[in-house]
Amino acid sequence: MAFNYDQYLRVDKMPTLWCWGCGDGVILKSVIRAIDKMGWDMDKVCVVSGIGCSGRFSSYINCNTVHTTHGRTIAYATGIKLTRPDAHVIVVAGDGDGLAIGGNHTIHGCRRNIDLNFILINNFIYGLTNSQISPTTPQGMWCVSAQNGNIDPTFDACKLAIGAGASFVARETMLDPKKLEKVLVKGFSHKGFSFFDIMSNCHINLGRKNKMLSAMENLEWIDSITTPLKKWEALQAEEQMNKFPTGVLREVEQAEYCEMYDMVIAAAQGKRGKITQDDFAKKI
Amino acid sequence: MAREVISTGNELAAHAAFDAGCMFFGGYPITPSSEVMHEMSDLLPTVGGKFIQMEDEIAGISVALGASMAGTKSMTATSGPGISLKAEQIGLAFIAEVPLVIINVMRGGPSTGLPTRVSQADIGQAQYPTHGDYASITLCAGSLEECYTQTVRAFNLAEKYMTPVFMLLDETVGHMHGKAVLPDLEEIKASIVSRKRFDGKPEDYRPYDVPMNTPAVLNPMFEGYRFHFTGLHHGPTGFPTEDAAQCQFNIERLVGKIDAVSADVGLDDEADYEEFMLDDAEVCLIAYGSISRGAKEAVMKLRADGIKAGLFRPIMIWPSPAKKLKEIGQKFDKIFVTELNMGQYLKEIERVMGRSDFTTLHKANGRPIAPLEMVAKVKEMF
Repeated sequence: MAFNYDQYLRVDKMPTLWCWGCGDGVILKSVIRAIDKMGWDMDKVCVVSGIGCSGRFSSYINCNTVHTTHGRTIAYATGIKLTRPDAHVIVVAGDGDGLAIGGNHTIHGCRRNIDLNFILINNFIYGLTNSQISPTTPQGMWCVSAQNGNIDPTFDACKLAIGAGASFVARETMLDPKKLEKVLVKGFSHKGFSFFDIMSNCHINLGRKNKMLSAMENLEWIDSITTPLKKWEALQAEEQMNKFPTGVLREVEQAEYCEMYDMVIAAAQGKRGKITQDDFAKKI
Repeated sequence: MAREVISTGNELAAHAAFDAGCMFFGGYPITPSSEVMHEMSDLLPTVGGKFIQMEDEIAGISVALGASMAGTKSMTATSGPGISLKAEQIGLAFIAEVPLVIINVMRGGPSTGLPTRVSQADIGQAQYPTHGDYASITLCAGSLEECYTQTVRAFNLAEKYMTPVFMLLDETVGHMHGKAVLPDLEEIKASIVSRKRFDGKPEDYRPYDVPMNTPAVLNPMFEGYRFHFTGLHHGPTGFPTEDAAQCQFNIERLVGKIDAVSADVGLDDEADYEEFMLDDAEVCLIAYGSISRGAKEAVMKLRADGIKAGLFRPIMIWPSPAKKLKEIGQKFDKIFVTELNMGQYLKEIERVMGRSDFTTLHKANGRPIAPLEMVAKVKEMF
């Protein structure tokens, strides 16, 4: 039987505001199927989004939803999660939102390893505002804010997340929604900060200006720059430079922030001594 | 029973928040407000509340707003540069009607200014901290007691009007150390206001579908009442809209729920100002915050020298106690205004009273104004 999305959607808000052929819809459906697999009670789910095309993500899922300011999603979500550690919090941000204006919060969300599910919809461009360069726009592409071509070096979002301390880091594309769903379920099940770099298309505002006139051409390009981690590891360094590895790139057990905060409460209530370095394996 | 304590303004503001039922603090260190944060980090976990020091000022208020959206009473504390950074989130709190207490311990500005010195130059910023149309509630403490009582009031106002509320201390009040007599704790607990809830069927819940000049009714998250928070203009259930009539209504309601209500009946039953020896006075001094203390001393010195002086001290700065200010403007020929800025509140006094023939003493050099300086200036009027 076909999957019934309606119970998870705010059907009165359909159709979405996204362009025809946009990957955001595919990601939305994958997220919904992953939530369904998790069996979460939607009254206990909160979706937080920022500004940009991805900002509208929160308004389509029928649960507790927050559409925040540009770049601040993780900070708002941290307040929600700390207040209600029993809730399931999904954060959705674009590459501009999560890596440029909100980069600082992304770093520190990863560092705290708070149990948020952070979905970076990475379409390599500021799509909603008509094609300005983002931290993931490849060098040499043409955008309205790089009229002579983009010279700004790009960002590997997953390397950033790993470096900052996220305990679950994965990259997938929207080309394979089944695979995407599986990875989402894995990350949703993980205790700690789950970081998903999900590559998606913007044929309208990236593609049209860079010889990828249709959604298909844009998707073929995404396919050409990604390869599963195992295959990527076998590549020569020169080839690795031009491919992003996909799959789960990091999955470790690491103390989660809300649980660590329970130690603070216990110490404050005299149920244990003050927290000392002995409480942590890592001393520096 | 009244409680005698020895403490500082900043610490008392934190204790007030705690006693008012605040269960969340998010912030970032900044002089001269950091002691509020230090105290909150000690107090909150004792009752299972959450404290978090964030990566920057913007995150400090964002995390606090997230907590308030989830349904808990929440606070942040900072100083002028922090407010500048938080401005955009303050706007979201206004339009989405998320209650939050924002303590601003004022220091010299603009920019990094005079980090450790006193100022009252954020009066204008508190009225319009962010872009767009809205009305601000701003309280200003003039004593250690008021750091406590007015912070409790700030929480009550935030919850009652579903809005961010500014609690202004200046550096001198924040760092003032001494004895304070606080109201009975049970009395305080009995005075606590918590935000309204909708108890009907979840499918009938329309949080923003409220009459003109009344606040939204926002239920806590995760209790079955699903709705949408957004910084965009929104309709009855919180979903974005660009409908012209709805947008106009939204703004008129946001402004009216504070300004219209304040003009008609006042925002609560508490005093919005203090009158000191004004009954028989021939000259009225107007001052607020730390320098109102010096102004009181000036009143006594002037009286000893045979000039019947009195003091009017606004406590609720925004919306201004306009009715009373107007009355003072009509009653007193001689009015003296003094502030630790270049005349930010003077503009409001002029607007309300419809006159500008005041004697004034304004300083913006990070130093307090001594009573004798005020006395000398007032004497020039005679």
